[in-house]
Amino acid sequence: MKTLLIILLCAAASAQAQVAVKGGVVHTMDGPAITDGVVVVTDGRIAAVGPAATVAIPAGYRVLEAAVVTPGLIDAHATVGLSGIFNVPADQDMLDRAGPVQPELRAVDAYNPDDELVAWLRSLGVTTVHTGHAPGLPVSGQTMIVKTRGRTVAEALVREAVAVAATLAPAIGPEGVAAPSRAKTVALLRQELIRAREYAAELAATGGDGPPPARDLRAETMVRVLDGELALMVTAHRVRDITNALRLAEEFGLRLWLDGAAEAHQLLPQIKAAGVPVLLHPTMTRAFGETENLSLATAAQLADAGIPFALQSGYESYVPKTRVVLFEAAVAAGHGLGFARALAAVTRDAAQLLGIADRVGTLAVGKDGDLALFDGDPFEYTSHCTGVVIEGEVVSQLVR
Amino acid sequence: MPRTLAAAAALLLAAAPTLADTVAFTHAHLITVTGEEIPDGTLVVKDGRIAAVGPADRTRIPGGATVVDAAGKVIMPGLVDTHSHVGGFRAADESGPIQPGVRILDAVNVFSSGYRRAVAGGLTTVNVMPGSGYLSSGQTIYLKLRGVKSGAVRPEDWAYLDKEGRVLGGLKMANGTNSMRKPPFPGTRGKSAFLVREQFIAAREYQAKLEAAAGDPAKRPPRDLDLEILVEVLRGERVVHHHTHRADDVMTVLRLRQEFGFKVVLHHVSEGWKVAEAIAEAGVPCSIITVDSPGGKHEAVNLRFETGAVLAAAGVLVAYHTDDWITDSRLFLRSAAMGLRGGLDRTTALASLTVNGARMLDLDHRIGSLEEGKDADFVILDGDPLSVYTRVLETWVEGRKVFDRDDPDDLLHAEGGQGAGRDQEPFLCCADQGGES
Repeated sequence: MKTLLIILLCAAASAQAQVAVKGGVVHTMDGPAITDGVVVVTDGRIAAVGPAATVAIPAGYRVLEAAVVTPGLIDAHATVGLSGIFNVPADQDMLDRAGPVQPELRAVDAYNPDDELVAWLRSLGVTTVHTGHAPGLPVSGQTMIVKTRGRTVAEALVREAVAVAATLAPAIGPEGVAAPSRAKTVALLRQELIRAREYAAELAATGGDGPPPARDLRAETMVRVLDGELALMVTAHRVRDITNALRLAEEFGLRLWLDGAAEAHQLLPQIKAAGVPVLLHPTMTRAFGETENLSLATAAQLADAGIPFALQSGYESYVPKTRVVLFEAAVAAGHGLGFARALAAVTRDAAQLLGIADRVGTLAVGKDGDLALFDGDPFEYTSHCTGVVIEGEVVSQLVR
Repeated sequence: MPRTLAAAAALLLAAAPTLADTVAFTHAHLITVTGEEIPDGTLVVKDGRIAAVGPADRTRIPGGATVVDAAGKVIMPGLVDTHSHVGGFRAADESGPIQPGVRILDAVNVFSSGYRRAVAGGLTTVNVMPGSGYLSSGQTIYLKLRGVKSGAVRPEDWAYLDKEGRVLGGLKMANGTNSMRKPPFPGTRGKSAFLVREQFIAAREYQAKLEAAAGDPAKRPPRDLDLEILVEVLRGERVVHHHTHRADDVMTVLRLRQEFGFKVVLHHVSEGWKVAEAIAEAGVPCSIITVDSPGGKHEAVNLRFETGAVLAAAGVLVAYHTDDWITDSRLFLRSAAMGLRGGLDRTTALASLTVNGARMLDLDHRIGSLEEGKDADFVILDGDPLSVYTRVLETWVEGRKVFDRDDPDDLLHAEGGQGAGRDQEPFLCCADQGGES
């Protein structure tokens, strides 16, 4: 046991080793790309970044090299870690179908950092994931932000709670209950927010005098949404559902994230005017049913319109069990978004949208040492991710 | 109504193929697939066939030909999708696990917008298959996408036909978990194989009776549409397109093939990399798929980008397929490019989108490469077919353009957007021009 402990300690120590990454091109996303660049990571943070001619690699650092280096990729919305690779009831924890509205369910209590799909994303350069309860039920639960590493959720965690996941259409019903209609789904959400307002008022009224109302985890969570501490992430695809989401946000003054938004291309001025960011559906989402009018060029249109957006891997209920934001950005890049804006959508812009730009999204001094290494244009189908670093730890050297 | 019909007819005439036209595409980068790539080449199309293909300085352009300067463009054969569900996937019903007599022909909706997306992706031939939730869900159909925007409303007018005018197709079969369900469906793999063996043995006995009757109608056994198809399979006249994922399921298909001697193409083959040598030894081709992660079901957790490369290295004939809607026909080129990422060489990758699939459908005498005499099915691209930044500009079938990115309606189907998912309804085409519908 003692030996094992020593081995584990040694492993932990080596994980803390200092790393420098040399790149033929380094896309810092914090200024122009650097030809023959170097990124020095010390104690998990970026200590220096610049041309090889001016940035010295301290002695004893482990040095990695690649043709192209980018910030670690950020998946702006996934369910990975909750919706497991096998897709059987035993590994599907992204939707509890006991009731239509359960904002009190926390993602940290459901995340499996050992799921093979977490490793799959990591091996393709994805270092940060906004994940949690899935679209489907009108309110399915909370989401969080993790790094794609760690044996426990605590080791992976960046933010414990960032949003409550809601779905306007097509919402599903609880087990054995018919799916709610569009109007009913909105009614459920309004009722929930109004109840939360009342709960907040009750809390305020006690003002420290007398016993506070009995704790209600569901209402507490929705109060955090009303306060803007948590975003309300609303999955909506059709024009009328997106419109409903905007109306709801206006009524309650919510911090809304539009999710999916297949028909956003029909509502660019309205979305822009509302100042609402978009977590756009995976570019390769199947164009059927609610998403039948999706466009491969929507990302480019959002960018042209100046609407903040990020790309995501989304939630998949079958095959593939997860998408990969690198590939989704690639297809958007090839459909009008172009290389630079596509890379921003899975690094800097995603970090800003998710509120974690202080830590990730660019290669700048002081930021987390999260990097993805490629042997060519990261978006070309035929390139490979050749290395991944998270907070100075080399977490993958697969060629994939 | 007459006015609408007349308008529709006029449109159809306008769109009709002018097969007598001779078109020469010059100075294109030609990917012939079966020969070397030609960086500065000429492709001559006449009467729906390829009349000539070769280097620009050595290929004669016939007098009167329409000459199209294709400098900067890449031209390759039309893509062959060996496994698609565009236009329909329901043939068999819930009554039983083995229904070879049922035809996807009777379920295909030629107005599906999926066909518009398919030609936007450069596809010109698709094997439309019924689904995989059955040991056999019925007969597949090999469609030529000449029907797109042609006004041809019967799937048999799109289909490849044999000499007797019958539509060509294979037989869809499956094993593994998709077809394992409540009775009368099998509950285990052992039961699945048993049920298939039982049917093939019945088909053998039926075949013996047919042969004993020697054409005498009085002695002929009563017609059985299911067994008739299995007899075609036993005779090697109809290929089995067999859905299979796990390595042991692959081996089961090979075992049944050995027992009954049928001709088979393995489809998906997620764990094919584990048994590549055995597949190669059996001489069985593999039609495989790229999806972006493993999993979604137990038998697909070992799916890898390297499968194509490993199979090809072992000597297996490899093609990719879309399994549309599993992957989108518009992104079919990507499937093979991802194969390259997994170690496949460029030549095989390009063949795996074209001639290799044609071979699996026994159509390589007509399609799959840019060769003189073959059908003029080809794709014009604005760059390398294996790059994410390349777009399909035009798709031609039998010398007729079925997709043109410059046409706003075609672009809608290539990119998506409002209305892109709607079925095509040709007789409503003129409603917005004042016609009655």
